[in-house]
Amino acid sequence: MGRLFAVVLAVITIVSAAIFIARIWWLPPDISVLGVGIDHQMTETMIASGVLFVVCQLVLAMFVWQYGDAGDARPIKTFPGGATPMVVIATILVSAEILVLTLVGTKVWGGIFLSPPDPSALHIDVQAEQFAYYFRYPGPDGKFGAIHPELIDDGNGNFFGLDPANDTAARDDIVSASLVIPVNKPILLTLHSKDVGHAFYVPELRIQQDFVPGLVIPLHFTATRLAKEEIVCTQLCGLGHYNMRAYLEVESLGQFQQWLKDHAP
Amino acid sequence: MRTRLITSLPLLALAVSAMGALSAPVKTAGGVSGTITFTGTPPRMRPIDMSKEPSCASQHPTPVMTETVMAGAGNTVQNVVVYISAGDQAGAAAAQPVRYDQKGCQYVPHVLVMQVGQPLEIYNNDQTSHNIHPLATINPEWNKSQPPGTPPIKATYAKPEFITVKCNVHPWMHGYFAVLATSHYAISGNDGKFSLAGLAPGKYTITAWHEKFGTQSQEVTVSASGTVTANFVFKALPY
Repeated sequence: MGRLFAVVLAVITIVSAAIFIARIWWLPPDISVLGVGIDHQMTETMIASGVLFVVCQLVLAMFVWQYGDAGDARPIKTFPGGATPMVVIATILVSAEILVLTLVGTKVWGGIFLSPPDPSALHIDVQAEQFAYYFRYPGPDGKFGAIHPELIDDGNGNFFGLDPANDTAARDDIVSASLVIPVNKPILLTLHSKDVGHAFYVPELRIQQDFVPGLVIPLHFTATRLAKEEIVCTQLCGLGHYNMRAYLEVESLGQFQQWLKDHAP
Repeated sequence: MRTRLITSLPLLALAVSAMGALSAPVKTAGGVSGTITFTGTPPRMRPIDMSKEPSCASQHPTPVMTETVMAGAGNTVQNVVVYISAGDQAGAAAAQPVRYDQKGCQYVPHVLVMQVGQPLEIYNNDQTSHNIHPLATINPEWNKSQPPGTPPIKATYAKPEFITVKCNVHPWMHGYFAVLATSHYAISGNDGKFSLAGLAPGKYTITAWHEKFGTQSQEVTVSASGTVTANFVFKALPY
């Protein structure tokens, strides 16, 4: 029985490693400037932890095979005393590996979350609510109208709580249920939620960021090719969470400018 | 058996004659009709983007517009509920159910009129789940999830109220329940016209309600014959 377990262990290890090596379930193609760094980091992490995983599991299988219960009912005398130095060394090695991965990964992380956006970035305001996203562009005046939460009126299309009657900056704001952006242009999103926690996740952009009610959270990225991808919510936000999504449409600059004109209020 | 039939015959005759008395023509030839218009510039209706719900978006070859102010030719207004707010005799609750549809991720009709106590049936005709949430403040408030293919939701409202209706899943879905205490009501069509018929002679207060423009009332005196005209003019603002 012990030897059968050793074989099963080895098979599980080899099959699961093969799934990753063959990239059967891998990330979708990257369409963002920062994605290269993330994918690189991801690959490094997978190799480092993968090698360790495979070696550990195969050694375990070997030991099970070699020293498994022989069925002679002898009590185990030496466990867990004997291998203290080995446990200490293994712990230090694994800790060092995790620390190195973290330090190397900080650069990529900082590029997304700690560095300021490009000064020329196109600013788009994002409102998340149960169970949809709305995106707001400042319009020809380049200014966003102020938000008045008490004026939010979904049924009449006032998803942001704008006050066009009194606020001239709000009159030309373009509000869309899809995130339409020009390719190769830095984008700055400011995320805010109307109700509960939500998330903005576009696997192709390699970006995932939570919305937190009461906070305005900046997020920046640059899309590198024309695409239409799904934006999904990855924070359980209520009954319709499964259905909370929108589309990211990356267009050429000309198409994007035409889209803005077509959607002017 | 035979004796029972014989004894029940006079009773039957009595019942039939009582019914006849009830359905005898009451002098209700009067009525009120009119047109609803507005002055000024109404807000522009906006296209609704349903791209997140492809099963609904595909039902609309051209984008659906918001329905807040549905103006017709000659500044007429659709979806104005005109009803008798004072002077009407109380009647029995209507037994015929009223139907409210969720179709193509829209509420059909946009404004549904019903009487107090009248059965309401809400259908989901879509391939997606809806969660209807009438925001009642006088009547009890509730919200109910309705996956595709499930039976209609049944409800009644005990008190008169204009109730905003929204869908908790699709933020753009928007409608109204107009729960009235009277059986004399009408809803204006695209030509802004309404007509209330079958009114007994007397003085009435007629009220017109619109979701954006608010309410207006006027007194009318209905005679035994002929129709009184009562027009309503609302003031529209662009924002």
